[in-house]
Formats: sequence, C-alpha cells, structure tokens
Amino acid sequence: MPNSSLSGKVAIVGVDESDRIGVVPDKSMLQLDAEGARNALKDAGLTLKDVDGLFTANISPAEVGEYLGIEPKVVDGTNVGGCSFLIHVAHAATAIAEGRCEVALITHGESGRSRVGMPPRASSAQSMLGQFEEPYGLPRPAGSYALAASRHMAQYGTTKEQLAEIAVATRTWAGLNPKAMYRDPITIEDVLRSRMICWPFNLLDCCLVTDAGGGVVLTSAERARDLQRHPVLVLGMGEALDHNLISMMPDLTNGPARISGPPAFAMAGVSHADIDVAQVYDSFTYTVLLSLEDLGFCKKGEGGAFVSGQRTAPGGEFPLNTSGGGLSYTHPGMFGIFVIIEAVRQLRHDYADQGERQVKDARIGLAHGTGGVLSATGTLILGRD
Amino acid sequence: MADYKKPLPTPDPVTKPYWDSLKAHALELQRCGGCQQVLFYPRPICPSCMSDNLTWTPMSGRGVVHAFAIPHRHPNPAFGSEAPYVVAMIELEEGARMMSNLVEVDPTPEAVTVGMAVEIVYDDVTDEVTLPKFRPR
Repeated sequence: MPNSSLSGKVAIVGVDESDRIGVVPDKSMLQLDAEGARNALKDAGLTLKDVDGLFTANISPAEVGEYLGIEPKVVDGTNVGGCSFLIHVAHAATAIAEGRCEVALITHGESGRSRVGMPPRASSAQSMLGQFEEPYGLPRPAGSYALAASRHMAQYGTTKEQLAEIAVATRTWAGLNPKAMYRDPITIEDVLRSRMICWPFNLLDCCLVTDAGGGVVLTSAERARDLQRHPVLVLGMGEALDHNLISMMPDLTNGPARISGPPAFAMAGVSHADIDVAQVYDSFTYTVLLSLEDLGFCKKGEGGAFVSGQRTAPGGEFPLNTSGGGLSYTHPGMFGIFVIIEAVRQLRHDYADQGERQVKDARIGLAHGTGGVLSATGTLILGRD
Repeated sequence: MADYKKPLPTPDPVTKPYWDSLKAHALELQRCGGCQQVLFYPRPICPSCMSDNLTWTPMSGRGVVHAFAIPHRHPNPAFGSEAPYVVAMIELEEGARMMSNLVEVDPTPEAVTVGMAVEIVYDDVTDEVTLPKFRPR
C-alpha cells in the first residue's frame, strides 16, 4: 500500500528553464544546468545556500554540486532516462517528509543539439546492447519506440493517423507558448507526409533535439506557505522500471506506467476524472498513446480512439502537454524536468492572463515521464494548495 | 570482410557459447532446468526462477515476426547507406524473442507483417562473427 501519510506533505515551490532554450550553441551543458537551478531558486525566492538536497540525472550530483557550490546532505543521481526527474520528485518528497533535508533542488542541463560540454556517446561491444541489438542497426531511441508501436498497430489496429493526432494537438498547444521551438500549426497530412525516419514514425512523430536546462525546488508544505509562489503539493507518486533494451521489454504494448500509475493515484486519493490537466512525456507519439493506456485513462488498445478528434488540443476534453511538449516546445534528450515545470505552472495559474494557454481552474494535475526505451516511468499527481 | 563497418558484438564468458554456435551455423540457447523456459539473451541465472541449471540446447531456427521497424536513416553510414532495411523482433518456436534483421524481403510495411513465418539464415559477417538473420519461409 502506498504511504498516504506522505501525500500533500511536500510542495514544489520553484520551477524554471535556463535563460534560453532551443538552439543555444554558446552555452555548455553545465551552464544550462546552472541557469536552470538558479532560475528555479529565484522563482522560489530561495538561494543556493538554502539547498541541502541535490538530485541530478545525466550529470552526476558530485559534478553539479561542485559547479554550483552546494554541499547537500541528501544526494540522488538516479538516472533511468528522461523520466528520472519525476522519480527525483518522489525521492525528494520522501526525504523532506522524513526530515532528512529541507530544500531539495532537482536540476537538468543538456546541450543535446549543439553538444557543448557533453560526454561522448559511447557503448561497449561487450554490453548486452552491443551484443544483442547494435549489430542490427536499429537507431536508438527512435527505432526502439517504432518497433514497439508496430506491435500495438498490429495487435489493436492503431493507425498512423491516430498517432499523428497527438503531434497535431501538441503543436496547437505550442502555438500558445512563446518559448516553443515550433509554433506553426500542422495537420495530420503534414505528419504523414513528413520525412520517414523509421517506419512507423515520420519526422513529426519524433521529439525535437534542443539545448535546454531546467530546475525544480521542493520544500515542506508548511514552509512553502511562507514562500512567494503558490505552492503545488505532491499528492501522489510512483516509479517503475521493467527493462533496459527494447528487445527485452516484457510486452511492447504494456509499459512500466502500469506499475507506477496505480500507487500515485492511490496515494493522492484521486481518480482519473479528477485530473484537470495532464503532462505526459512525449518522446514519440506512441509514448503518449501507450502511457495514457497504461495509466488507465482508457482501456488497453483504445489509446488511438482516445486521442482522436483532437481531444487533447486546446479547447478539447483532455488538455494534454500544454507547453507543446517534447514534440514541439523543447527536448534536449531528457525532457522530464520540463514535464514537471509545465505541470506546476498550470496548477499555479501562471498563464491566467493568457487565454487558452491556461487550463481554467486547474487544481489537480498529472505529470508523467517515460525514460530509456519505454524502460522506466515516474508518475506524479500534483495539486494546487 | 575486413571492410565490415557495422558494429560487431564482443562475446563475454556467459554469451560465448551462443556466438560459438552461430559460427558453427547452429542456434543454441539456454533452456532452464528449473522452469523449462528458453532464455534470451544468455544469462548465468534464470531471471524467472533463479535456477542456474541452464543447458545449451539447439533451436529449430523457425519463428514469427513479433514486431518490426524499418529504419530510413541511421547515424552510422554503414547502416544509413543500406536504408531502408528491416529490424525485427523474432519470436522463436521455442518461445524466446530476439532482435534481428529480416532479409530477402521488401523493406516496406506492405511486405512485412507481424505474425509472418520466418526461418534463420546465418550471416558470416567476418571470419569471427556470424549474425543470426531471418527470412520469410
């Protein structure tokens, strides 16, 4: 049973991106990370000296801690792909609720497009990846997700048009976000006619590759009420991992969200109908479709119908990926931190003066990430205090 | 074959019998004496029942396409220059699933189908390494 005594005890009190996101060839990975950290702390009205818990993924906590001058008493470098930051929220909330630290900082910086200050991409020929996948030329990660999508299409009749619905709706949201990289509206035909990357994915089924940093700051709900921003409470959390290589995924049509979702909902004590706004990591269109099914927003195999008719677009019944997501807003390689940032801004009503950009009266939000090659997930239920 | 530019596997102590069997143009996988499952990839301990009573066993080499993707580009020019090609998950008759390439077939979603019956072909890509590929049967 999830520990419901943790629910609502900890709040997210600051979020922000780096000064610029998108194409930032003049800044390194670490600089983007530092800017995200500073900007999130400024958003919270706190400083680096207040931080006593540090959570990072692609860059080690030691490297980030040294760079920022933080001496944390709780450290966590969990890295299971782009969802790691959602898992960090769960770990940070637990640590704060237990009194092991008071102010937790989650940071991310990645020069995914410009590759400034990034480690080399390397894999070993003796690793399981090197022995059992790389010899066959499946491009990672797009090919891995494509392979899984083909199984869903064969098993449930899911179509490329249904996958394209997700890209189109997400682009409409991006049109409302000045920070989004691509903002011009697209049609389902545009998606189907875009360059073929790896069947069944065309270019517009795939996330962007950008440069970006971000930060998220948490503290106790009690202290949060004395800070400057409207607190967003961590109501429920779950995490899961069921494979590393796509060829080892137990079921290509059932992701780890089937494990991470239920405890998050149970801890929060909310149902699917209570979710006012959802952010679901969109590395690829199929990632979203699978996540919605695995999380229980629709039955297995009905994800295609669920997203059809632009139900997830502005004005639709199910507001989803309201920043424009990894598909159209930004995606430096690991997008999870930006999933949290947008979820928090919606629940704080940061966009209250921006018309459709703000989901009206949003009080309960879902933030969900998928990492690796459908390998790991982190699910959060967040609530406006 | 010295000009083979694609990534090659390097066997480790656990996987060496698998790669040796392919070089001999056979396909041997471990069958677990505890739960009778056929394992892939090779492991020292059965991930289902924790038994280490694992016996290398010849496979039929027949199976079906479980899922597939058709890369149209690849950052490695050795693959990119051959695109499009088919990467498939093959489900063997004995139950194990492995990634491979589907060969001797048009690389189109019309020609390749999930459930398609396939059989193994042994691709001697270098003097040391033989890769298991599959073709329609």
